[in-house]
Amino acid sequence: MSPEELKLAIDTVWVIVAGCMVFLMQAGFAMLEVGFSRGKNVGAVVAKILVNLSIGTIAFWAVGFALAFGNGNKVLGTDGFFLHSSTFSSLSFSDVPLSAKFLFEVVFCTVSLAIVWGTMLDRTKFGVYIIFAIVFAALIYPLVGHWIWGGGFLAQRGMQDFAGSTVVHLCGATAALAGTLMLGARIGKFDSKGKAHPIPGHSMPLAVLGVLILWFGWFGFNPGSTLGAVGARFADIAVTTNLAASAGVLGAIIAGFALQRTIDIGFAGNGAIAGLVAITAPCAYVEDWAACVIGLVAGVLMVLTVVAIDRIRVDDPIGAIAGHGMGGIWGTLSCGLFTTPALAKLNGVGGAGLFYGGGLHQLGVQAFGIACVAAFVFASSTAVFYLCKKTVGLRVSAQQELEGLDIHEHGMWGYPEQFLPGYGATQPYVLAPNRRPPATATAPVTAFRAVTSEGGD
Amino acid sequence: MQKIEAYVRHEALEAIRSELYAIGLPSMSVSDVLGSGRQAGIVEHYRGATEVLYLRPKLRLDLVVADEDVERAIEVILTHARSGEIGDGKVFVLPVLQAVRIRTGERGEGVVAAHDEAASPA
Repeated sequence: MSPEELKLAIDTVWVIVAGCMVFLMQAGFAMLEVGFSRGKNVGAVVAKILVNLSIGTIAFWAVGFALAFGNGNKVLGTDGFFLHSSTFSSLSFSDVPLSAKFLFEVVFCTVSLAIVWGTMLDRTKFGVYIIFAIVFAALIYPLVGHWIWGGGFLAQRGMQDFAGSTVVHLCGATAALAGTLMLGARIGKFDSKGKAHPIPGHSMPLAVLGVLILWFGWFGFNPGSTLGAVGARFADIAVTTNLAASAGVLGAIIAGFALQRTIDIGFAGNGAIAGLVAITAPCAYVEDWAACVIGLVAGVLMVLTVVAIDRIRVDDPIGAIAGHGMGGIWGTLSCGLFTTPALAKLNGVGGAGLFYGGGLHQLGVQAFGIACVAAFVFASSTAVFYLCKKTVGLRVSAQQELEGLDIHEHGMWGYPEQFLPGYGATQPYVLAPNRRPPATATAPVTAFRAVTSEGGD
Repeated sequence: MQKIEAYVRHEALEAIRSELYAIGLPSMSVSDVLGSGRQAGIVEHYRGATEVLYLRPKLRLDLVVADEDVERAIEVILTHARSGEIGDGKVFVLPVLQAVRIRTGERGEGVVAAHDEAASPA
């Protein structure tokens, strides 16, 4: 085996392993969302994760990857559909096979898509997930990816976003904001005076399990974005990633304690995510101490953002706007503050940040990129959700929302015993026509009353 | 002294509780129950198999009040629990023989008397 073959094999193993770790983040999002939803909606969450992952994968393979990384102009790639007939020159810095690059990028796309839905939990019609997934994975995410990673106009200005604070996280969170504004708050979240009330998620252990799976996945997300192992740079990136996550937890706990004199479990989990999101852009551009500062600030900002969006009566059950949105903005801007000259040169993108004598130039580039992405994603997502609202409908009925999405959207429960204890394995004692709730017809009822004339209320 | 036993939809609880509280009747117990009535069952689909489940989740409110408070308590429940659809539930009123406050050993109607004003923050 020649040294070149050996290098190729090692690089490819790392990219595939990292891609699989990022894939596992779907389990992280699933458990995070399950934990933060009510028990009557958990089945809808996991069904949505599976369906979105699948739609996102196919759509990104057919169209999205070409728009994002195919050769083209400043706005979009124009060749390479179905992975055919393109050199994908924007990814030519890595020598791993195209299939390895695609696998790594497609799991990023599905992560970004997963971020959208935590904010729309507990009240969204299932059909909306399907429609938006197609548009997002085939069009919205790929365009943003092309601008920053695929040789588009933001890449040409030298915008630094190593693993996607803006491309993946801010993109998903901005779509989430557009969605929740169009949907409105869950019933009971805000009272008639506009005061926010807690709607506690049903399982903090599952939510934190989700956070830890995401944290694990991030060791693929950031270090894997080297798209190669030889040179072993990915170890440094793993360290900055881990430091920022830890600092994010601490920042969120401190801010939460200052606010309400308790150590809030949800805040602690969201703090880890905010720190991880924030370090995603600068992970390969900054030193370890800066990673700690970036994570700590992200954790504090996340808590303040959660309180602020409650204050303006926007309902975000999972904190994605605070964690992924504000974390993404802060992380992208932090490149303009903390990027070292040596690492900017090593990555070959942009220049040093404000604190390393780079002046305000890089900060300005980062801010411009954030503004472009946020404006485009917000406008396009709002348009898609508006069309959904006018056609298939965006939100389930009030009755369905109160009784739960599981039984109304899926005809079954995630936790059946919680709703019908003891009924599980027995035969039905009355046969009746197959009708969907909440049917109010009287004919089957008389048959039923004849059997249970003594029981019930 | 009479006991009011009301079976209501989950979403009616908070409105009933806060108004009972406001009129000086804060004492109640709330339980999750499963029951059947005129409302149709729930159809469950599970991996290709279908089953009709007749027990639906409801809330049961139990409150014991003085004789003169019974009607206004029922009125509160009717106001907030009635949607007009089948499945709004029922209210039962039962006589109560005795009431004892455990803390003091006090007996009789004074134990369940309405408060002049709310005792503590809701």
